[in-house]
Amino acid sequence: MGDLLTAAFVSALLSGGVMAGMPLLLASLGEAISERAGVLNIGLEGMMLAGAYAGFVAVLLTGSHWLGLGAGLAAGMAVSVLMVGLCVRLGLSQIVVGIAILLTAEGVTSVLHRAQFGTTYPRLGSMAVLQLPVLSGIPVVGASLFSQPAPVYAGLGLVVAAWWVLRSTNFGLELRAAGEKPEALDAAGVSVVRTRSLAVLCAGALAGLGGAYMSIIGAGIFVPFMTHGAGFIAIVLAMLARGRAAWVVIGSFAFGMTVSLATALQLVGVFVPIDLVNMLPFVVVLVALVIFARRAYLPSALGLPYQRGSR
Amino acid sequence: MKGIVRVGGPILLALLAGGVLLVALGRDPFSFYADILSRGLLDPSGVQDTLVRMAPLLLMASGLIIAFRANIWNIGGDGQFLLAAAAVAGLGPWLIGVLPNVLAFLILGLIGATVGAAWTLVPAYLKANFGVNEIVTSLMFTFVGVNLGNLLIKGPFRSTKTLVPHTDVIPFRELLPKIPGTRIHVGLLLALLAILIVHYTMTRTSFGLRLRILGSSPRAAAHIGLHTARLTMISFALSGAFMGLAAAVEILGVWGYMRADWNPGFGLPLFALVFLARLDAVGVIPLVGFYGVISMGGHYAARRADLPDDFMLVIVGMILLFMALAEYFASRGDERPSLAGGLRAALRRGSGRG
Repeated sequence: MGDLLTAAFVSALLSGGVMAGMPLLLASLGEAISERAGVLNIGLEGMMLAGAYAGFVAVLLTGSHWLGLGAGLAAGMAVSVLMVGLCVRLGLSQIVVGIAILLTAEGVTSVLHRAQFGTTYPRLGSMAVLQLPVLSGIPVVGASLFSQPAPVYAGLGLVVAAWWVLRSTNFGLELRAAGEKPEALDAAGVSVVRTRSLAVLCAGALAGLGGAYMSIIGAGIFVPFMTHGAGFIAIVLAMLARGRAAWVVIGSFAFGMTVSLATALQLVGVFVPIDLVNMLPFVVVLVALVIFARRAYLPSALGLPYQRGSR
Repeated sequence: MKGIVRVGGPILLALLAGGVLLVALGRDPFSFYADILSRGLLDPSGVQDTLVRMAPLLLMASGLIIAFRANIWNIGGDGQFLLAAAAVAGLGPWLIGVLPNVLAFLILGLIGATVGAAWTLVPAYLKANFGVNEIVTSLMFTFVGVNLGNLLIKGPFRSTKTLVPHTDVIPFRELLPKIPGTRIHVGLLLALLAILIVHYTMTRTSFGLRLRILGSSPRAAAHIGLHTARLTMISFALSGAFMGLAAAVEILGVWGYMRADWNPGFGLPLFALVFLARLDAVGVIPLVGFYGVISMGGHYAARRADLPDDFMLVIVGMILLFMALAEYFASRGDERPSLAGGLRAALRRGSGRG
């Protein structure tokens, strides 16, 4: 084991973990917000794909990575408008609409990609790395954790902001009330529909941003179905984190590292079959689910459309 | 008449929306849909392909109906299907070589069904005992199953005769027998039989009634003394067994081998059909026929229009959306419990602390 823990290995593991964990982090944060407010967002993966594609196209058109991320965010939000309209306003089945969003987004992005880039397969330039002063000088950790493209730090800042909003503001409290006891929120004079709509829009925006991260900063290319189940891992992470932002962060980066493990192992000359690597994050999530199944917690009004006056 | 509007409306609207997308991409929607129809339904050879495709789809639809009736959201059908397919394709060439064909087919069908059922055990256990949402867990198992199937095909089941990783090949004449004069294998008859049995079980037996009670109200089921945990496990496993049987039929009837990374993705699109049929087993037959036409004809049309087959996903997704909307408008002012009622109960149960 000694030679496994070389600087190169640890460094690749950490930086790859951050890169792969970031989209998961954003998406599961979005899902956590949406679940807190009582809306189960099965279409998360579809919103990520929409964000990944829109972000990719926007970077190609404008040349700006930041605008691309913004476009991804907007695309995810646009898709979630569908969920707001059908599930929050009309009270349709969140699962059916979620699956519909997933299938449609998979189909549309794949078809558009073939129609637009089917012969050219363009790649994006990689984004400049921002080395944090002092911190990036630390051996091993400095070269991996503190030398990332700027949006990674911005994303982390966003997470801290979301954590603060959820924990210490009225809006955070309203979100929880909308998920646990919407009648109480209604009685307090706050619109349940409005609160839930905002939560779903947040989830869409964060998922879209996560998808854009994947295509713009992670891969530098768009591939149909590139999210490969990340949206669903994000849902599980949100469930296991029980709405706590800190656990969302820890979980996402832990799973990010299982993804980067293969690359890191190859650096030290250990080759693992690709299928085993692809499988690993899901196995880890399932093991976590089996162990912590008793403690996975969902708000009591999750999945229930709110109708004033109904029992 | 009302039924035709309820089923046909969402399909028409979805085709319309797909047409808008085609126009936006500069394709001619009329010739696209005409291609689908001519290849999938009107062409004598194409319609045989459609019927062959219906065999696994009908078996999987049976599996979905059993699960959904009990309000179990088995979204992991594709994983159950693929892992079973890998097992059948891996063991098939050897078994067919050493045993009489009929016996080998029976054993392979059993293997497929067992693998499919086994792949539901953990999601079912977690749901039955801890109320963990089976949508998420069965989907996780799909991802694991897809990769595990690939590992098997690239590892122990890999044919030594080729460079591309796939299993040994069952010779064409050793596949499931065909209906005389056609290319349609007997798997289609088995699938039709299965769907009739499911229909009978669900509507005429006490087991079916128990599943439906569990599905419409878990609390009522517990109240009248049903073993809800055991019923959940059984119905989930039966659902997986049908997925595995579908895989065995597809491998033994059509392919004779399995290539690594093969994933036809039959599972999710079937959702739309099963819901459109309102979980009625016999009612799903014409809808599966419709999907067979658009998936076989669509493959041809998409190739001619230089689009990926994934275009069909758009149609299916749109059908689901419009169907949900149609159910909403149909049930407004109508207190009849619809799909949403059972779903509500399922989620409510899944949300407690077990």
